[in-house]
Amino acid sequence: MRYDVVVIGAGLIGSAIARELAGCHLSVGLVDGRSDVGDGTSKANTAILHTGYDASPGTLESRLVAEGYHRLGEYAAQTGIPVERTGALLVAWTDEEQAALPGLADKARANGYQATAIVDAAAVYEAAPHLGPGARGGLSVPGESIICTWSTTIALATDAVQRGATLHLDTQVQGLTRTGEGWTLDTTAGPLRTRWLINAAGLGGDTLDAQAGYDRFHLHPRRGELLVFDKLAREKVPLIVLPVPSKLGKGVLVSPTIYGNVMVGPTAEDMTDRADTATTEAGFDFLLGKGAALVPDLMAEEVTAAYAGLRAAHDQTDYLIEADADRTYLLAGCIRSTGLTSCLAVAAHVSDLLAGAGLDVTPRDDLPDPPRLPNLGEAGRRPYQDDALIRRDPAYGEVVCFCERVTRGEIRDACQSTVPARTLGGLRRRTRATNGRCQGFFCGAAVETLLANERSQA
Amino acid sequence: MITKTKVAIVGAGPSGLRAAAELAPALKGGVLVLDREAAPGGIPRHCHHPGYGIRDLHRFMTGPKYARLLSDRARQAGADIVTHAMVTGWTGAGALCVTSPEGRYEVAADAVILATGARERPRSARRIPGDRPAGVYTTGQLQNLVYLHHRPERSRAVIVGGELVSWSAVLTLRHAGCRPVLMTTQYAASEAYRLFTVAGGIGLRVPVAPRTKVVRVIGHGRVTGVEVEDLQTGQRRVVECDTVVFTGDWIPDHELARSAGIALDPATLGPSVDTRLRTDRDGVFAIGNLVHPVDTADCAALDGAHVAEPVLGYLRGERTSGTPVPLVAGDAFAWVSPTRCVPGDVAPARGFVLAWPTEVRKRPTIVARQGGSEIGRVTTSYPVAPGRVYRIPWTLLAAVNPAGGTVTIDLVR
Ligand SMILES: Cc1cc2nc3c(=O)[nH]c(=O)nc-3n(C[C@H](O)[C@H](O)[C@H](O)COP(=O)(O)OP(=O)(O)OC[C@H]3O[C@@H](n4cnc5c(N)ncnc54)[C@H](O)[C@@H]3O)c2cc1C
Ligand SMILES: Cc1cc2nc3c(=O)[nH]c(=O)nc-3n(C[C@H](O)[C@H](O)[C@H](O)COP(=O)(O)OP(=O)(O)OC[C@H]3O[C@@H](n4cnc5c(N)ncnc54)[C@H](O)[C@@H]3O)c2cc1C
Repeated sequence: MRYDVVVIGAGLIGSAIARELAGCHLSVGLVDGRSDVGDGTSKANTAILHTGYDASPGTLESRLVAEGYHRLGEYAAQTGIPVERTGALLVAWTDEEQAALPGLADKARANGYQATAIVDAAAVYEAAPHLGPGARGGLSVPGESIICTWSTTIALATDAVQRGATLHLDTQVQGLTRTGEGWTLDTTAGPLRTRWLINAAGLGGDTLDAQAGYDRFHLHPRRGELLVFDKLAREKVPLIVLPVPSKLGKGVLVSPTIYGNVMVGPTAEDMTDRADTATTEAGFDFLLGKGAALVPDLMAEEVTAAYAGLRAAHDQTDYLIEADADRTYLLAGCIRSTGLTSCLAVAAHVSDLLAGAGLDVTPRDDLPDPPRLPNLGEAGRRPYQDDALIRRDPAYGEVVCFCERVTRGEIRDACQSTVPARTLGGLRRRTRATNGRCQGFFCGAAVETLLANERSQA
Repeated sequence: MITKTKVAIVGAGPSGLRAAAELAPALKGGVLVLDREAAPGGIPRHCHHPGYGIRDLHRFMTGPKYARLLSDRARQAGADIVTHAMVTGWTGAGALCVTSPEGRYEVAADAVILATGARERPRSARRIPGDRPAGVYTTGQLQNLVYLHHRPERSRAVIVGGELVSWSAVLTLRHAGCRPVLMTTQYAASEAYRLFTVAGGIGLRVPVAPRTKVVRVIGHGRVTGVEVEDLQTGQRRVVECDTVVFTGDWIPDHELARSAGIALDPATLGPSVDTRLRTDRDGVFAIGNLVHPVDTADCAALDGAHVAEPVLGYLRGERTSGTPVPLVAGDAFAWVSPTRCVPGDVAPARGFVLAWPTEVRKRPTIVARQGGSEIGRVTTSYPVAPGRVYRIPWTLLAAVNPAGGTVTIDLVR
């Protein structure tokens, strides 16, 4: 069989595109080399739903982030992806930084975001009482929010599959051949044929683009390490605290996470190895130093987890999203630091470009409802708190992972869902199991056993 | 739904079970023990080697046998033990919120005993960087895997830490057919080793690297090695292995205490308690490894025996007066427990102040100071050594001045 469209990359971007196109009269394949969706850059970011206040005005990125912010906000409400509207505070620690605030407010307006406000030091400490000493003032960005990046990719991929897309996991694309009016993909799971090819391969995007016969951009991994602190620290960080950006980049933020923890990061380190997501001594020292200065009380808390994500850093000044009608090929590349927020807007933009290239993207009128995701957000109601649910199904009253309060019912569901958990990592991203402060001391073995039993039944 | 009881005990480990067994006969039908696991017993459930019951039962048995015995005794005494019942927090009125397969309910008790134990710090909490491969465990997780879930382990293990529990990890690895290739400890010598091998009568030949620490975990998918630093020379080397066990380095499971606003001791990180094991919250007591991370199970159980009389006294309406004096550790100890005492009040459990040593001495002399002057001194015939609790006779504090302020307990050097 030949697909109308194959999307390479089941991260946020590829999953959003596959969902969009599967909603039209098209056969869609979604291909990824890994064993789960959202297992690349999309699983390890800072998970902020950006307003786009600090983008470069006039760019495609500025437009798609601002649009994506609203689209994803609405989609989250429909599907149950947890979002917390915490707001952010950009804090100035020096005269120079304070002097930069009005310019940032202007930039926000140029990006179409009107709600920022310059505040004095007293207001800063009122909003963030545990902040370290020395803040001069700040810029409040009330729309910045925290979101669950794992649920987002899973919702998009599930939606795509429910709309009829075929998911090909463990399918690494090794070569591309132009055949007739379309493409043949040489993959680790055999050949795949398609008319249109969409490259949403994140950090693998430039390699595939070259295999498709183009030479227009180069990527390198820029590692971002993050530290996650214990949930008991959450009250010390009620909102996202950002530094004033400098020439060196956006800097280190401290933020609540949607799972009820506190996060400090990311670092920014240019790398060559596209698979090196190790954390480092230097990264730990740097982040602990930053954390101590930003929220000194945080240092008395336990570190629950440390991880690193790889941004697809590039040599362009904007997103690179281009369709080639003659060669039925579309690139969605250079989506480095804002792809979580923009994914749905990117997908809509891709659909427009494909329409311009002659593909029929009229939406079907028989679309299934969007999926409902189990709530992983700490602020929302979780199954262990739901007496009525437990009385209907006692499995939701059997807590297996104590630190994160994940029940046997949720683990079962995650293994039996449309895009099921197939690995421990996949289960963690669908349930939070073993992600907590004990990291498996109590439940690690039980969770592995449950997963193995469910997998053997599947 | 609200369940009423005289005493609610959170945690059916050795300390909670023993407290239940002591209290139940006096409070017919009034003792409810809640545990989140599928079976009562706490940590001993998954420690299949002998080493349990010495001081409390004057016997020497395996963990599971000990766990069963303590559960049976608590039940026979009339305590109600409910498993799969996780206490997730408190209501505004101070009742416990419970999730269980029967539903969500509240437990309103006249007195609450927190006996939630302690856990080992995992690799992330020890802030050890590197890759995030599989095959990296704490002893707790390893024992759960090997004994309760029967998963085969691999062939070469590095054990991080030289505490009593580290040797328990060695036994578990041996049982699973995995060779411990190195034990790393930041201390000069693993004193715990001697005690353990004598007690267990087992020759455990494991190469120990004193004064070292693991600085990096290596491996994609499965762990392939760790980088070990010599703390004296700063030199680093990679040790190949397919399993890493992070042992010891305990932290109390203090979430419930903290979420109730109960004062924690900054050194133990458990609730601050006096010699009656009272927290600063009226009617809330704390026992076991929650207040001394970490002692052996028999001593945790004996906390349970000790707390019974203060709890019964509290239920009878007795309230003691007197301002507590804080007890703090000097440089030679990481913590002391209890962390407060009211001069003239009862002695602590077994008549000992517990302390977690950072140094080795064969015949240590301990001094107590208050307001800059010495108020007591004792010498013990037994050694003090890192990796296990040191017991200081209560006579050290016989002369505490109720108005003299904080007492510091330290080694004489
Ligand atoms: C530290 C950090 C912090 C960030 N913070 C934020 C934030 O707060 N807010 C925000 O909006 N964005 C943030 N981002 C950016 C966001 O995470 C990315 O823009 C987004 O994840 C990109 O998604 P993607 O689908 O393009 O890439 P990916 O998630 O990497 O997906 C690409 C997929 O393609 C697959 N693939 C690649 N090559 C092949 C091949 N040859 N064959 C088969 N499959 C292949 C990969 O396996 C991968 O799953 C952050 C990024 C990082 C690293
Ligand atoms: C690997 C290992 C080997 C050991 N070997 C020995 C040995 O040989 N000899 C020896 O004497 N000691 C040994 N110990 C120490 C001994 O196991 C502990 O001292 C003892 O278990 C402490 O008892 P406890 O009651 O304080 O806590 P625990 O045994 O930890 O029990 C705490 C209980 O509280 C429950 N709980 C916690 N929070 C909640 C909640 N919110 N709701 C409901 N229930 C909750 C837990 O499920 C658990 O059952 C070993 C420990 C380990 C880890």
